[in-house]
Amino acid sequence: MPVRILMFGWEFPPHNSGGLGTACFGLTRALARADTLITFVLPKRVNAGADWLRMCFADLPEAIGRGITAYLYPYITSENYARERKGLPPVYGLNLIDEVRRYGLLAGEIAASESFDIIHAHDWLSFPAGLAARRVSGKPLVVHVHATEFDRTGGTGISEEVYKIEQEGMRQANAVVAVSQRTKNMIVRHYGIPPEKVTVVHNGIEAADHRPLPDRLVALKRAGEKVVLFVGRITLQKGPDYFVRAAKRVLELEPKVYFIIAGSGDMEGQVLREAAALGIADRVIFTGFVRGAELDALYQSADLYVLPSVSEPFGITPLESLINGTPVIISYQSGVAEVLRHALKVDFWDTEELANQIITVLRHPPLHKTLKQYGGAEVHQVTWTAAAEKCLNLYRSLLTPA
Amino acid sequence: MPAVCFYFQVHQPRRVKRYRVFDVGHDHDYFNDDSETDLNNARIIRKVAGKCYQPTNTLLLELLNRHPEFKVSFSLSGILLEQLEQYSPETLDSFRALVDTGRVAILGETYHHSLAFFYSLPEFERQVALHRTAIRRTFGVTPRVFRNTELAYNNNLGRWADQHGYEAILAEGWDKILGWRSPNFVYRPKGAKRTRLLLKNYRLSDDVAFRFSEKSWSEWPLTAPKFSHWVSAVNGTGDLVNLFMDYETFGEHQWKDTGIFNFLRQLPQEVLAHPDNGFITVEEAARDYPARDEVDAPEVVTWADTERDLSAWTGNDLQTSALNAIYGLEPLVLAIDDPTLLEAWRRLTTSDHFYYMCTKWFADGDVHAYFNPYRSPYEAFIAFINAVTDLRLRLEVDNLALAPSHSPAVLVE
Repeated sequence: MPVRILMFGWEFPPHNSGGLGTACFGLTRALARADTLITFVLPKRVNAGADWLRMCFADLPEAIGRGITAYLYPYITSENYARERKGLPPVYGLNLIDEVRRYGLLAGEIAASESFDIIHAHDWLSFPAGLAARRVSGKPLVVHVHATEFDRTGGTGISEEVYKIEQEGMRQANAVVAVSQRTKNMIVRHYGIPPEKVTVVHNGIEAADHRPLPDRLVALKRAGEKVVLFVGRITLQKGPDYFVRAAKRVLELEPKVYFIIAGSGDMEGQVLREAAALGIADRVIFTGFVRGAELDALYQSADLYVLPSVSEPFGITPLESLINGTPVIISYQSGVAEVLRHALKVDFWDTEELANQIITVLRHPPLHKTLKQYGGAEVHQVTWTAAAEKCLNLYRSLLTPA
Repeated sequence: MPAVCFYFQVHQPRRVKRYRVFDVGHDHDYFNDDSETDLNNARIIRKVAGKCYQPTNTLLLELLNRHPEFKVSFSLSGILLEQLEQYSPETLDSFRALVDTGRVAILGETYHHSLAFFYSLPEFERQVALHRTAIRRTFGVTPRVFRNTELAYNNNLGRWADQHGYEAILAEGWDKILGWRSPNFVYRPKGAKRTRLLLKNYRLSDDVAFRFSEKSWSEWPLTAPKFSHWVSAVNGTGDLVNLFMDYETFGEHQWKDTGIFNFLRQLPQEVLAHPDNGFITVEEAARDYPARDEVDAPEVVTWADTERDLSAWTGNDLQTSALNAIYGLEPLVLAIDDPTLLEAWRRLTTSDHFYYMCTKWFADGDVHAYFNPYRSPYEAFIAFINAVTDLRLRLEVDNLALAPSHSPAVLVE
């Protein structure tokens, strides 16, 4: 008997703005290929076209999609919501928390019209929706934590309201999924959830989603330049400032290196100014937000990928880099450090060590080659199929009467 | 009448500290980590001396005094001897007390515990000579039996030992070179006239060294009577049982609470309870038993991992490039007469540096992880290769100063 899942998730690639969408898609597709039937609910903007839902699910025909009109998207903040709502029709909530609650109420209506065995909700924005669905149906609820408020804020200035929604969701859920042991530890320590209630399911990657592309940086390479890459939102959490500081140290010894920052975010101006102040503005390239084939090409062109995150629940980008054949340096403060052995690792604050690692990799081809070869082999073991299998086991344990 | 031939390997490398690319040209001390990590050599020496060397030496001395038939053999690397002298001289004294009983043989090896035999024969011979001198100076004895680093052995090395007058050489009793034959006899290296080949009984050796505390092992717990019974079972089918292992087995790899010391304490009396049994040193083994056959070892055999080859030291590109980098400096080192640079270079030839870069974590993984003071093989490579870069720069500067065409006098008219 297939397990019927009502899933509350987020935008899919190629229309996503970060790892959450990639993770929702990867996991849902792998689950859909297993013995499940999935109804996937996601927020829909009022002005979305009639074709919107079909477009969203173009790459995921195995799942049934449903939209709820709501102004929610991953990484949205109260400030963003307040600013953006001014130009919107009045159907949306007064503030972000209000909107999240309103989304929850509408989710209850959807739940009443669907039949399913289990509810699975991704990240705090959808926890009230998951709880509402459970109230209506009485079915078990799994909440999936891709990031906590402590990760998003770097531990400073957490929103009390967001924290409460996260905690309430985790407390009331029948089971909690954490994307890493690191995240599980946070959930236990900061949210007071009993460890036996939290299952670690690492994210994965699917090789078939990425393919070899022509080198976009041929001219640079021909000139003997090396490329070190950062991909992610330019926010406190991702450590772009540490990347720039390490770049400064690298350039002191190895002047022929370009540092590419692919992404956008609230710290963009600050990081730009820091690069200029360090006198390396001509060596740091900001590409803006990059996705899909363009992003794959960027990974493939780079000599080295760096994830200097201050607090990274998982971190899918290093997997993407390795799948594209580029070795990685990742911070110890990331969940992905738990699943990759063939990677260089560094404490995010230790820019001296980060620079040391970058220079040594660029100078010694056997080190680059070994990291690429073994890391490239290892990343194929980190699959969404394995993640889906763990989720299925969890569902079954909740559906089997004790 | 099987005789138990114990040989213990005693060695600790000088581990390279977390030497960064920014240290190149500024910091020429590669081995002076003073952190609380396992890269702090002084700390490790004191720790292992306290947990293993001193208690085991005390116990062995007690056993030698109690049983006139009891004998053991040791190989101590030069790099260990000088570290003991530096950080734990009382431990060195306790080794001397063992040798002074006259029933402890000391083997020859490379001073720097290197794999130089496979990279530079002249340097190998220099390191063997250095070791011989150090052993004579420390213990007043001359090694007559040889063992190469990691028990790495092939026909060429057997021939070398023969040409250099060693009574015996040690190797792993690996099935690939033994075939149907038993390790419990003395053999002859291929083509050797005089030298004998002593082969490790890896099953019985590893029962003690690796499986002693393994609760999932069907023979756990291993007791002295049980083990002695296995030794006695060799009676009639072999002359000797070669138990070769790291000395750190006692108290360091197998912790005190596993009962390893009680096992060792009881073992001589249990073995000797059978009138046909005895103990011998590696030198006596070579003298007292006929060589039964010639053993052909065209490929290198070591005592490591399931492959018993050099792949734990040379299996990936990090390791081969690091080995090439260090041995590639030999001409520069020899061209100048600078004992400091020569010694720094030799310390970087120690095999452990390359072992730490091993990436075979999947099958043999646990052993490598346990013995690795670095957080990954990649960090081991980074520290090592940056230290080598600094050494190379120092050597190049000195070589440049020697070259007449580059002398400043020519430039200044």
